[in-house]
Amino acid sequence: MITAIASLTILGAILGLILGVAARVFRVEGNALVAELTDILPGSQCGQCGFPGCSGAAQALAEGHAPVTLCPPGGRAVALALAAKLGVEADVSGVQDARPMIAEVREELCIGCTRCFKVCPTDAIMGAAQQIHSVFREACTACGKCEAVCPTESITLQPVQLTLHAWYWHKPVTQTTIAA
Amino acid sequence: MKLFKLRGGVHPQGWKELASEREIRILPLPERLFVPLQQHVGAPAQPLVRVGEHVLKGQLIAASQGFISAAVHSPTSGRISAIGDYAAAHPSGLTAPTVTIASDGDDRWLDTDVPADPFLLTPEDIAARVGKAGIVGLGGATFPSAVKLNLSRKNNVHTLIINGGECEPYITCDDRLMREHASNIIEGVRLIRHAVGAVNVMVGIEENKPAALFAMQTAAAGTEVKVIAVPAMYPMGWDKQMIRALTGREVPADGRSADIGVLVHNVATAFAVRDAVRFGRPLVSRLVTVSGGAVAEPGNLMVPVGTLVETLFGYCGGFSSKPARLVLGGPMMGMELSTINVPVVKGTSGVLALTKGEIGREQASPCIRCSSCIRACPVGLLPLQMAAHIRAGDSAGAVSQGLKDCIACGCCSFVCPSHIPLVHYFNFAKGELMEQERGKLKQEATKKLADERIARIQRIEQERQAAAAKRKAAREARELAAKAGTV
Amino acid sequence: MNPIAHSPHAHAPISVGRVMALVMLALTPATLSGFWLYGWPAVNLWAVSLLAALLGEALVLRLQQREIKPVLMDGSGILTAWLLVLSLPPWAPWWIAVLGSLFAVIISKQLYGGLGQNPFNPAMAARVMLLISFPVEMTTWTAPQAFARAPGWLESLSITFSGAQVDAIASASLLGHVKTEFTRGIEWQQAMSGYHAPALWGGGAGSMGETAALFLLVGGLFLIYKRVITWHAPAAMLAGVVVPAMIFSAINPAHFAGPLYHLLSGGLMLGAFFIITDPVTSPNTGTGQFIFGLGCGLLTWIIRTWGGYPEGVAFAVMLMNAATPIIDHYVKPRIYGRNRRGVSLEPVKKES
Repeated sequence: MITAIASLTILGAILGLILGVAARVFRVEGNALVAELTDILPGSQCGQCGFPGCSGAAQALAEGHAPVTLCPPGGRAVALALAAKLGVEADVSGVQDARPMIAEVREELCIGCTRCFKVCPTDAIMGAAQQIHSVFREACTACGKCEAVCPTESITLQPVQLTLHAWYWHKPVTQTTIAA
Repeated sequence: MKLFKLRGGVHPQGWKELASEREIRILPLPERLFVPLQQHVGAPAQPLVRVGEHVLKGQLIAASQGFISAAVHSPTSGRISAIGDYAAAHPSGLTAPTVTIASDGDDRWLDTDVPADPFLLTPEDIAARVGKAGIVGLGGATFPSAVKLNLSRKNNVHTLIINGGECEPYITCDDRLMREHASNIIEGVRLIRHAVGAVNVMVGIEENKPAALFAMQTAAAGTEVKVIAVPAMYPMGWDKQMIRALTGREVPADGRSADIGVLVHNVATAFAVRDAVRFGRPLVSRLVTVSGGAVAEPGNLMVPVGTLVETLFGYCGGFSSKPARLVLGGPMMGMELSTINVPVVKGTSGVLALTKGEIGREQASPCIRCSSCIRACPVGLLPLQMAAHIRAGDSAGAVSQGLKDCIACGCCSFVCPSHIPLVHYFNFAKGELMEQERGKLKQEATKKLADERIARIQRIEQERQAAAAKRKAAREARELAAKAGTV
Repeated sequence: MNPIAHSPHAHAPISVGRVMALVMLALTPATLSGFWLYGWPAVNLWAVSLLAALLGEALVLRLQQREIKPVLMDGSGILTAWLLVLSLPPWAPWWIAVLGSLFAVIISKQLYGGLGQNPFNPAMAARVMLLISFPVEMTTWTAPQAFARAPGWLESLSITFSGAQVDAIASASLLGHVKTEFTRGIEWQQAMSGYHAPALWGGGAGSMGETAALFLLVGGLFLIYKRVITWHAPAAMLAGVVVPAMIFSAINPAHFAGPLYHLLSGGLMLGAFFIITDPVTSPNTGTGQFIFGLGCGLLTWIIRTWGGYPEGVAFAVMLMNAATPIIDHYVKPRIYGRNRRGVSLEPVKKES
């Protein structure tokens, strides 16, 4: 009886000591996960997810308040990367979603106000005051900030045209034999 | 000669008899030719002509750009009537940049540079001439041939294999070419050998083409070229399969055939090389098999690049019955066409109009794990498991099973008793993975741009503040001086 | 218009229905021999079993709101019931067959997701269930007799459907008899006295299909010839039984039965050619199937020799079914241009 109590007490004391030491030695400052998640997100601070910028979204993701599919400009690739990082199952079938879009300037309407140019998070718009602006297709993330500030509705998001290079076979339709 | 053991493969019904006994005919020159700028693996060619310009046959109309690319030449003499998008020979039905040429009917060649003796040219010169002629792999891979020649020369390739496999059912263009132009092919082979400095030269021909074997053996007699019969099976014409059959070696999965000292070219490519080097004639036409149960008079036609598929069927007597499927290439790896208003390109070996009976496909049913696909796979993959992963939305899982080694030969789909479209699953997954890869690259680029922008805004802000501070200091100094002056 | 079809645009003339039909064709000689040996009751049992499988499968498909006809037409349900009935005592009451068939197609197959999804061989799972649940009915054997001496059709109905006892010809199966005698310490020679030696065409009492080793062998070879199955699993299973039997009977012939006895008795032939070659529940590759078959054979011999039951094929098959995923995980074909571990081969340096 005494030996049992004594041995358990000693065991408890030793394990407790190890825990205490470990907590000090392996202490992590801040939340490393938030930083890692922020790295995965586009960093364009477009706000389409509804959180204040990409770090806000990362915070929400880390706390589990947001789904991994929250980032529309990031698309499938980001959703999958976030899911892998958080170790959750991602249903990305709904993400492929919105067709890829890109901002386009209708030149006859552009007045060269430079507003879009100033808000673009990726410097994808080229232009100067009183000059017609144009969009670098490679840099545009279709965040939509330019569309929101354009006074003449000259700059709008348009679906990206499918090219031979980007085309690939659709997923085979599995014939489920459901009775009519 | 001893052949090495192969694995996998299937024996589809050949249907070669439809066209194999038909002599090569030359297609009458069409009025319009639609020449796409990308008929090869790599970067599209850059157009050099303007609408309205007159061009001669063989004139360069688009230059190769970048390391892996191929030049495009005018297939006849005439006027450029349009440069723009035209329907591509592709299952998507999308368009591709295309140069349209209205023929003037003269079919007049450009003056060409003809060397006195092509065997006196340096290897570098031969490769350059092949590149200038816009030759690509005519077996279907359409990889620029000059790139392969240069790579092989740098890797000191010792064995040259000429692929006369032609294992796709129906297709007989290489067979006819070997029967009717054996000595020209052999000359092309010897030129390629000269260009890479190979020691061994072997031509592998499937044993189901005895006439071609005989013609080639006769033509090769007395040369260093060995013509060898290989078993008739699909995919014998897969270059790596041919290498294994003839040398017993395997090309490393992460490497090229040059890594084991082997270069493979198709017989039709060798023929084109001879034309290019001996006569300076670029690749502007090719032999195309027109066949299938729904074609009235199947045949083998010498066709200018850019001819519409419709014209080919028309010349072969049209359709004897309503075709159930139109296919560009062979039935195992070819593409279904939604329209026959698409041009023949350098890689087009055949156009088929198939009847329902020839396709022989039924509705897919569940996989019974019979593992026929595993036995049929020439690569040694597990098609049934890869497809199960992809079906469940796990393309990454399929990659871990070897998806990237899949050559889409179609053996697995061919033998599947459940009629599961296995290769379709694999090509879908490959496309999806590539799209993800592109997305990831764009993501990284975006991030970099956004970070740069933030840094720039901060820098400007700092500079503005520094400038303001400086102005303030200057003003204060001035005020101080003024004050001092008044005192 | 139809969507654009992916290549290939040609297909081998083969289908699941055709595969199943070939297997059934291969089973026919052994089945007919079973009918001949055991008479009308065997025919009744066979018919009842197949009918129950069809109705059971139709019921499940209806509940799942799936189309019934294509699934029933693939023949897999019928084949399962057929294999099961060949492993039942031929004069078993009708409800044994019905219960077994329903268990096989509904619980062992459709509940797992239908054709191709079941981890265990449905026929063997059903047989094991029946053996454990109804040991008396499942071990009441009938001595074989020529069709002429067997009961007439009307009498057969009473045997199958009202459980009429026909004591006069009830008999222990050879495996059961030998097991009992060995357990009692009786030696091989003595145990076999008065018993027919097992014969190729079916000698001793047993289940409907197990007695006709020769016909099963012919059917199996036909399937190998037709490339429906490969030699790997059957050869390995037979070897897995014969090799230990040879070794042990050579050491102590009085207490261990010889290889011929093992080969020709019980469900070994049926198991080797028709059960373990079921593609759904066996490994994918030839090597994997060989390992699988060897395991089935060894376990069968071990259960027969030391186990509590006289016959071990069904248990051995189910145990190895459970091992199939792990065999598939470790035994994969080598990919072209890679070594066994999936690493790319090294480039070869120039020779000369």
